[in-house]
Amino acid sequence: MDRVPVLKIGEILLVSIQIDLDDQTAMQLQEDLSDRIVETGAHGVVIDISALEIVDSFIGRMLSTIAAVSRVLDAETVVVGMRPAVAITLVELGLSLNGVRTALNVDKALAILARARQIRGVGLLTEADHAVADE
Amino acid sequence: MTVPEEPVRLDIADDKDVVRVRQSVRLAALAAKLSLVDQTKLVTAASELARNTLIHGGGGHATVAQVHNGRRAGVRAEFVDTGPGIADLTLAFTDGYTTGNGLGLGLSGSRRLVDDFEIETNPGGGVRIAVTKWAR
Repeated sequence: MDRVPVLKIGEILLVSIQIDLDDQTAMQLQEDLSDRIVETGAHGVVIDISALEIVDSFIGRMLSTIAAVSRVLDAETVVVGMRPAVAITLVELGLSLNGVRTALNVDKALAILARARQIRGVGLLTEADHAVADE
Repeated sequence: MTVPEEPVRLDIADDKDVVRVRQSVRLAALAAKLSLVDQTKLVTAASELARNTLIHGGGGHATVAQVHNGRRAGVRAEFVDTGPGIADLTLAFTDGYTTGNGLGLGLSGSRRLVDDFEIETNPGGGVRIAVTKWAR
């Protein structure tokens, strides 16, 4: 069976889908990614779909599910590289990719993840400050 | 009128066959010189319909052909199954309505993506759907 590789770079998991995904491979990727997030404690996932010629309702749902699951596991997902023709088709098909963050390229995705990390970091710091203030 | 190229018939029995149907439709769309956006729309619609044939129809087959109407070229893809058929077509074409565990966009969404959409079904008698996209 085909398998999409999941690469770890620092605290980010990078997935670049380079094959024409069948439904089973898509489900497998969903599971593999969840496992790897827990295993590595990654705080971000970047999914590159620039090689995908289509995103149909099944793949769209896979992307939404991955984003939701990773959020529950304390990681943000950003989907990058969607082709313009794919974006037009998705909208006409009626898919909204609920809860999926997108960026035009990997650089921008990394910037989004770093910013999300920073904001959460600040959030933690504030809580800690409050704790100190309460003492 | 140009003679259409030989139609391609593909069985739809598993996930991999859905991918094969997409690839075959893509090749035909390229040959008919559909624009990139139109190719993408047609292949996406074919993917939805092939999956329906597999999941709701219990498998079946697709026929992909180049067609011509005067000087216009296009691609026609037909999906046939012998499954339970569709009891209520109006309901089946409602966005978000699903009998499986999908998003309910397969039929309604794919109809929006193509130029012509024909459907024939008898409860208990299977489904035949044919879609056509024309080059502009």
